[in-house]
Formats: sequence, C-alpha cells, structure tokens
Amino acid sequence: MELDPVILSRIQFGFVISFHIIFPAFTIGLAAWLATIEGARLVTGNPLYRRVFDFWRPIFAVSFGMGVVTGIVMAFQFGTNWGVLAVKTGSIQGPLLGYEGFTAFMLEATFFGVLLLGRDRVSPWFYFFSCCMVALGTMFSSFWILANNSWMQVPLGHTIVDGKIVPSDWKQIVLGPVQMVRWPHMLLAAFLTSAMCVAATGAWYLLRGVHRDEGRVMLRWGLALVAVVIPVQLFFGHLTGEYVLKHQPAKFAAIEARWKNQQPADEVLIAIPDEANERNLYAITVPKLGSFIASGNFTSAEVGLESFPREDRPPVLIPFFAFRLMVGMGLIMLAVSWVGNLLRWRGKLETSRWFLWATFLSFPTGFIAILTGWYTAEVGRQPWVVYGLLRTRDAITPALTTNDVLTSLIIYIVVYFLFVSFGIYYIYKLLRDGPRVEDTVLTNVTASRPMAIAARTEKTADADAGSKP
Amino acid sequence: MSELQPSNLALFWAAVIAASILVYVVLDGLDLGVGILFGSTQDEGHRSQMMSTIAPFWDGNETWLVVIGAGLFASFPVVYAVFMGAFYLPLLLLLVGLIFRGIAFEFRYRSVRARKLWDAGFFLGSTVVAFAQGAAVGALMRGIPVANEQFAGTSFDWLHPFSVLTGIGLVFGYALLGAGWIVLKSEGALRDWAYRRIGWLASIVFVLLGLAFTVSLTVDAGAVAQSHLRDRAWGLVFPVAAIAALGSAVMSARARRDGLTFALTVLFVLASYLTLGVMFWPYMVPYSITVGKAAAPEASLSFMFYGGVVVLPVIAIYTAGVYWVFRGKIQQESE
Repeated sequence: MELDPVILSRIQFGFVISFHIIFPAFTIGLAAWLATIEGARLVTGNPLYRRVFDFWRPIFAVSFGMGVVTGIVMAFQFGTNWGVLAVKTGSIQGPLLGYEGFTAFMLEATFFGVLLLGRDRVSPWFYFFSCCMVALGTMFSSFWILANNSWMQVPLGHTIVDGKIVPSDWKQIVLGPVQMVRWPHMLLAAFLTSAMCVAATGAWYLLRGVHRDEGRVMLRWGLALVAVVIPVQLFFGHLTGEYVLKHQPAKFAAIEARWKNQQPADEVLIAIPDEANERNLYAITVPKLGSFIASGNFTSAEVGLESFPREDRPPVLIPFFAFRLMVGMGLIMLAVSWVGNLLRWRGKLETSRWFLWATFLSFPTGFIAILTGWYTAEVGRQPWVVYGLLRTRDAITPALTTNDVLTSLIIYIVVYFLFVSFGIYYIYKLLRDGPRVEDTVLTNVTASRPMAIAARTEKTADADAGSKP
Repeated sequence: MSELQPSNLALFWAAVIAASILVYVVLDGLDLGVGILFGSTQDEGHRSQMMSTIAPFWDGNETWLVVIGAGLFASFPVVYAVFMGAFYLPLLLLLVGLIFRGIAFEFRYRSVRARKLWDAGFFLGSTVVAFAQGAAVGALMRGIPVANEQFAGTSFDWLHPFSVLTGIGLVFGYALLGAGWIVLKSEGALRDWAYRRIGWLASIVFVLLGLAFTVSLTVDAGAVAQSHLRDRAWGLVFPVAAIAALGSAVMSARARRDGLTFALTVLFVLASYLTLGVMFWPYMVPYSITVGKAAAPEASLSFMFYGGVVVLPVIAIYTAGVYWVFRGKIQQESE
C-alpha cells in the first residue's frame, strides 16, 4: 500500500474518530442511566440509589470531558483533510453539524453544571429535570451526527448545482428513512454499552465481596436493561441490513464475502476472504441461508461483487470481519443478559461466580460492537465518501502533502495515547475504588472543570480554594 | 447572487461569525493570556490563584471555537475549506495545544510527581495556541492563494517572517489581556505582580505591532495594496484607538484602577480586531473570496437562521450568567 494523502487522511480520520466515539457512546448511556437512577431515588427515596448515582457521576464527568476534547478535533477534520468534501457538501453537512452545536451542546452545557454541582442549590425535581436534559442533549447530539452520516450513506433531498451538492428538501435529509433506522440503532448501542459496563462493575464488586448493595443494584439493573434492549437492537440491526441491501448492494455483498452472483445464495459463516483472487479461503458455508438472510426465502438470487465494476467495490476483509465481530458481541450480550435474568429469577445470580466472571469480562462488548459496527458501515461505503455522488479519493484537500498528513497522524497518535491512557486509567481507578460511604459536598470543583470532580479523593482543597467566588 | 451584493442572510451569518470570533478572542484570549503568564512565575501560590481566576470560564470560552468552526462550515463552506487547508499545520498545533492545556487544567491538581509536566503543558499549550492564531492572522493579512475554491499554496506558506512576527505579537497581546484579567480578579501580591507586568507587556505589544504595521506598509506593501484600506481612510481611527487604549491601560495600571485597566486591555483588543475588519472587508478569504461569493445556498442559510436567532441569544445569556455567578475577586488562599 503506497502512502498518499488520501490513505493517510483516511487512517487519521479513522483513528481520531475511533477514540472519539468511545466516550460519547459511553456518556449517552451513562447520562440516561444517571437520569433513571435519580428518578428511582426520587420516587422511592432509597438512599442506596443516591450512592450509586454519586458513584457514577464523576465517571460520567471524566468521560464527558474526554469526549469534548476529542470532539473539538473532529470539528476541524472535514476542512483540514477533506476540503473538497467540505466545499461540495458543506451546505448540507454544515447545518447538520451546526445544529448539533446549537441544540445539543446548549442543553448539555447548561444542565451539566447543575448535574455536577447544583444538587444543593436546586429542588430535587429540578435536579432530576437537569439530569433528563443532559441525557436529552447527548441524544440530540447523536441524532445530528447520525443524520449527517446517514445522508453520506444514502444521500436524499439534494440537488446538484454547479458541481455542488445543495439541499432541496431538509425533511428528507434530516428525517429520511435510513436515519430513522440508524439513529435508534446507534442510540440502543450506546445504552447497551453503558448497561454492560454498569453490570460488569456490579459483578466485579460482588466477585471481590465489596460494595455488595451497590454492586447488586448495578448488576441487576444493567442485566435487566440489556435483556430488554438487545432483542430490539437485533431488530433494528436487521432493519439496518435491509437498507444496506436496498441502497448499498456492493456493501452487502462485501459483508457477506459473496464474490459471484448466486441463486440460491450460500451464507459464508466464516472464512478468510482473498481479495486478490476473489475467493474465500477456509470457508464454512451454509447453502441457501444467504438467500434467507437477505430476502427471507430460500430461493432468491443474490448479487455478488462480480456485478460491480472493480472501482466501485468496497474492501471486503474489514466489513466481513467487523460485521461478524459486531454480531458476535450482540450474541454475547444476549446470552449474558438472558442467563443472568434466569439466574436472578432462580435466586442464584449473586452466588454463581462463573456467571459473575462472565459478566465482568463482558464489559468491553458494547465498545467493540460500536467500533466494529462503524467500521462495517464506513469501510463498506468505500470507495465513496458520499455514496454514489463523491468518491473518497476526490474529496481530499488538494494542497495536502503526504508529509503534512504523516506529521499530523503521528502527532495525533502520540498525543491521544498519552492523554487517553491517563483518562482511562483515571476512570479505572474510580471504578476500582467503588462508591464512597459518606457523601462529601464538593465545593472545590466547578462546572467547567468536569474532570476535577473525579479528583475528590486527593488532597486538592488547598490548591483549589481560590476558585470559589 | 452578485459578488458585491451578499444576501441579507449571508450578511447575518457573516455578522454572527464575526461577532463569535470577537467574543472568542476576548474570552479565550484572556484565559490563554493567563496560561502564558503562568509560565513566567514559579510561585505556586500565584500559579494556583491564576488558575482559579479562569477555572470556571475557560471551557465555555473554548466552545466558541466550535461555534465558529461549525458556523463557517454551515454558512461559508468554501471559507471553511480554504482556511483549514491553508492552516493545516498551525491548526494541528492549535488543537494539540488546546488538548494539553485542557488536560493540564484537570490533571495538575491530582498529581504531585507529574505536576511539572502538566504545568509545562499548560504554559506551552497556551503559548502555542496563541502563536498559531497570531501567525494565521499574519498569513491572512498577506493573502491566501485560492484556485477552484480550494487553498492553492503550500504547507509552510503561513510560516513567513511576517506571520512569525504577528504570532509573537498575539502571544504578548493575549498576555496583556490576561494580566488585565488577573488584576480584575485578584487581590494582594498577585495583583501587584500582574500590575508590574502591564507596562512591560504593553511596550512589547506596541513595538511588535508597530513593527508589523510598518512592515505591512513598506516591505510587504504588495499585500496591503490588495485590500480596500486605502479607500477607507476613516478606518485608521481603529489603529489610533488601539494605541490610545494601550497607553491608557499603562496609565490606568499606574493608578491601580483594576476595572478600568482590564476594560482598556479589552478595548485594545476590540480596536485591533476592527482594524483587521476594515482591512479585510468584504473579503472572507483575503484577498480572493468575498462574503457574497462564499455564502452557502439560501436554503442552508435559512434552515440555520431559525436555530441562530433562537439559540445564540440563549448562549449569550448563559455565558453572561456564568460570569455573573462567578463575579468579583477570587478568595485569598486561606492558610
């Protein structure tokens, strides 16, 4: 593979967005979890819920901060590396991202301060309302991002004027059928990710025999939520597959590693796709199942990659494996959550150590599923950046040199590994230490320093005393 | 839409972006300035108090940068693309600087051994961000080559001696603003410390900007000749006002007038900003793309308009609210 600005820019975008997506995905789910547990406390008055809430709040704050920092970088990637894309589609993508700033950041920023510091300054109902507004803000944010990406996957509601892609029907762009399938898919993925982390944290405490009450709440609530949400998620995953089949048949064929047109079509369960020779090595296939998965019957003809000119085909290897990993993670979540609820029903949830281990080790399933799902969607969209309208290689900033992008890529890699590892280490420390018994009032932190709230175990009061008005 | 006649919506969005940049320059300028001054003292008491003067605000200040980026992308995609392409490396420096600055803020309080590292990151991050912005302004003054609505220069075009001069100029300009802010927000030893620096900083800013001004009228006259500055002699009132504000700030500092000193440093920034505005108008990318030419289609501008008129006032109220909540001097460190 020859290094040119296009491939390096793609690697760079993939790198910075992979690091970015982890944090917002986690915070979307955590914000909803905080709102839920606060609501439960408000209704029942149970102080246990308050301790669980106070434990997750700083973790939310750190994750939120990391999402903001990595997000600022994203705001400029379109222009720095994909200048032609920015000029040709800016009148559509720009307003979508602009509205994210206007609607989502506003809600988040305003009520985030109340969530972090305002418990003693506002009424309990208003505090709960603030939690809901923060959660709503994170969801709005995902809505606009998915609207933007869905438009890049299946462009609708546009016309082409002087070589530029300009809006003609905003309703189609913002609320298109693809968006209405993919946004719930992403939202549910975020909920599942956080719920698995909450359940795994609970399992961790029960395994270690610490924080038993809080651990039990986290384990039960997390597993219950996953058990309910995962079938819905599988359904939306199915709908997502339908849009791919309908609008992006080449991506579908790549995911299935289907090289030839077939009737009826086989399903390749696992294989090593050999792109050079257009065949699969070590393939395990099930006859006719491919037709069933795509079209719901065992006789239909399905399109293979041979139907597409070479220059219009996506890579096969990454979508093929990424898709299978994503589905695999979903099945693990399904198994863990349903077995867990079965054990709970039989009263053995907290005593089955093998199951607690399995739950604990499942903590990264949601993150892996989100990353591999996005890799499937984005790599599968290639060679297009806006499907069918603009090729990725034609979207690059023309003045960019290989050295420019190599420099920036190396710097991003070094800087991200440095500060993200600190951030993750910090979240790990908070998770490991667990909920605190006494509820200290934090006067030495401010809304604008989200990560500092996590510093409460350290002796910071003297260094920070001056920040009070 | 003719090149010389931008639509009302295009003017509205150009005004919104211009106002956002001004708000950003003043607000983030003062806390970047505090970060720059932070590096000039080893006194831990001063350092932690300096952090405290900007702790509640810096994050909100930086979100204006996102508003500017998203606003440009939405309303003037061509400008967004040309700027990002022309300033690829300075923008990288800026983003890395912002990251180090941001995390330094959070991390220094919880580490003892690594504090030196985060402190250095805070100072260097702030300085690099200021320099990158100043260098970009210098490059803009010299003009950005554009072909087919894309940047048509090379990676290091921005790194001209003139831009280095403006870059260093902005570092000291922000430091001056930061000193004004510290004076406003602190008492006792730190306030005296900041007061002692205002005279020096103002002199350095005066020399650097005077030099830049002279160079742009003599050695580099080709660049300014492209602007409409010569048709707008009335625009010279702004550089004169900037110099007057600079001098008054020094005198006000001698008289130990906290609020007035800060207000005059802000006035200096405002007058300098308007000087650039007079020089650049009607160009958005000097001296090739005008506001009218760069505007996104009306369908995009009007779709954004409703968001803009509803949300921007709310952001303004919220921002003002935060400053109101945290008004007054920071508390002295209790022993």
